[in-house]
Amino acid sequence: MKLSEETHKHIDEVISRYPQKRSASLPLLHIVQEEQGHISDEAIEWIAEKLQLQPINILELVTFYPMFRRKPIGRRHLRVCRTLSCALNGAYKVCDSLQKEFKCGLNEVSPDGDVTIEFVECLASCGSGPVALLDDELIENIDETKTREIVGRVRNGQN
Amino acid sequence: MPVQERRIILKHVDQPDYTTDLDCYLRHGGYEVLRKALQSKPEELCQEVMKSGLRGRGGAGFSSGMKWNFLDRKSGKPIYLICNADESEPGTFKDRQIIHKDPHQLIEGIMVSCFAIQAKQAYIYIRGEFPLGARLLEKALDEARAKNFVGDNILGSGYSCDIVVHRGAGAYICGEETGLIESLEGKRPYPRIKPPFFPAVLGLYQCPTAVNNVETLCNVKHVIDMGGEAFSKIGKPNNTGTRILSVSGHVMKPGYYEFECGAITMGQLIDEVCGGLRPGRELKAIIPGGSSMKVLKAGERYKGKTKDGKEFEWGIRDIPLDFDSMLTAGSMAGSGGIIVMDDSTDMVEALANVNAFYAHESCGQCTPCREGSLWMNKISSRMSHGQARREDADLLESVAGQIAGRTICAFGEACAWPTQSFVDKFRDEFLAKADKSATPEATEPKRAAVPLI
Repeated sequence: MKLSEETHKHIDEVISRYPQKRSASLPLLHIVQEEQGHISDEAIEWIAEKLQLQPINILELVTFYPMFRRKPIGRRHLRVCRTLSCALNGAYKVCDSLQKEFKCGLNEVSPDGDVTIEFVECLASCGSGPVALLDDELIENIDETKTREIVGRVRNGQN
Repeated sequence: MPVQERRIILKHVDQPDYTTDLDCYLRHGGYEVLRKALQSKPEELCQEVMKSGLRGRGGAGFSSGMKWNFLDRKSGKPIYLICNADESEPGTFKDRQIIHKDPHQLIEGIMVSCFAIQAKQAYIYIRGEFPLGARLLEKALDEARAKNFVGDNILGSGYSCDIVVHRGAGAYICGEETGLIESLEGKRPYPRIKPPFFPAVLGLYQCPTAVNNVETLCNVKHVIDMGGEAFSKIGKPNNTGTRILSVSGHVMKPGYYEFECGAITMGQLIDEVCGGLRPGRELKAIIPGGSSMKVLKAGERYKGKTKDGKEFEWGIRDIPLDFDSMLTAGSMAGSGGIIVMDDSTDMVEALANVNAFYAHESCGQCTPCREGSLWMNKISSRMSHGQARREDADLLESVAGQIAGRTICAFGEACAWPTQSFVDKFRDEFLAKADKSATPEATEPKRAAVPLI
């Protein structure tokens, strides 16, 4: 499978951290998804073989754990928290207006390919809700101004 | 007198000059406790933890010393320590602060604990949604290994132990210790049945394993530092040490605050520490220990006898914030995640929100929970979409009543308790929803103007 040489090395190092190879399945899925954007059939078979498992052993993880995906997403990944504390402070409104801005529903790639919005469960930052993860970065206390900022950053390709 | 925080775990967190690198930690006396611990006998360290009365900070509040006592030391198999950093209980965001702002404190706590139980290897299972936290921990571990605080022959003591950071991938059930172990073994995180799979005997790779919360492991460092006896004098008997309270919802100053156990009441926390409710609003309800715990209703009275035989009668604001008091009030202090709701909150919508969470997170292994959490979600969601019926309150209670106690893990209780307590305490709102739904304009499903769900 096409992975950078560095990633191949990293994968071997990660496998060596565990007394049983199978333990490396979540870490490998993370590494492959980070490089390829999603988990393809080829990736499932490759990881299974690498860990001396059957492909079903990997597929059943991909279908269970919410963070793994079978399809590509937009250039940016926006995960808005849906759970109670954020909802009490307006998370539904935030998520609605983001979907309208980018003209897309949840879990879809926006028509311009800019973003995929997910409405996820608790991100464990309840005191500063509503919160969202823009790729790996936590954005807190999202109000209308911050919503506009997020939209601007995604559109302009800023980090 | 205004109530004062007592910061032990969060002592340096948010100090302007405090950074996450090793040099800063060492300047603040870092790894001195590990040095001291390595010169003691492991059994003595375990005894100190026992003496301290430390109770787990993850949610169940079980004695940490006891948990370590149960470890099967005679099996000849290696012992593992897992730090449960899968913080996912809605309303809780304390471990996030430690991991992101003081990672070395956690690493020191883990290493002291590892030495005490003579663990061969430690794992930090960190939730997938903390990518930055995982990177920070990796970096901190590299620094600690370079200075020989982690790894082989630690500080020349002859004791070796390494820590591996393992990322989860978005599943709440991985916070359940046996589910976590399955996940760490590379499987779906289906919790194991107990007995026989008590982690202390048959844990990771079927070896004896201690699974401790982030805050608990940090506390171990302070127990060893000041001695179990001294630690046990902080807080109240059987509720020792401090607790980090995560406050969210309808208060002016939500956030994380550390207090001695039982030092303040719910009222002091909300009105003095958190700046009170929003102007013109009244308190309606509080979920006191993460969203799984039973809701408390403003206006309720809690009567009973404390363990030492004293009679008490509390209002919601009078409840002291410790493990035992919350239990006598009919709920649990859980993970310390306190969600405050004022009188603008529609309790049916709030429950619908909570139910949607549990329906999404049920692992699906046990039928009562898999089916029950989905049905509770469908019913409460329908109710909040203008299609409530008068019989729904009873129906919800009936479904919830068939989950708790019939599942492999405590998720069954976690998803049933919110429904049971919301419907029981706010029944009039659930019925009123039905009466409103019965009017002609409510025949079409429609969402509230600012829906919670």
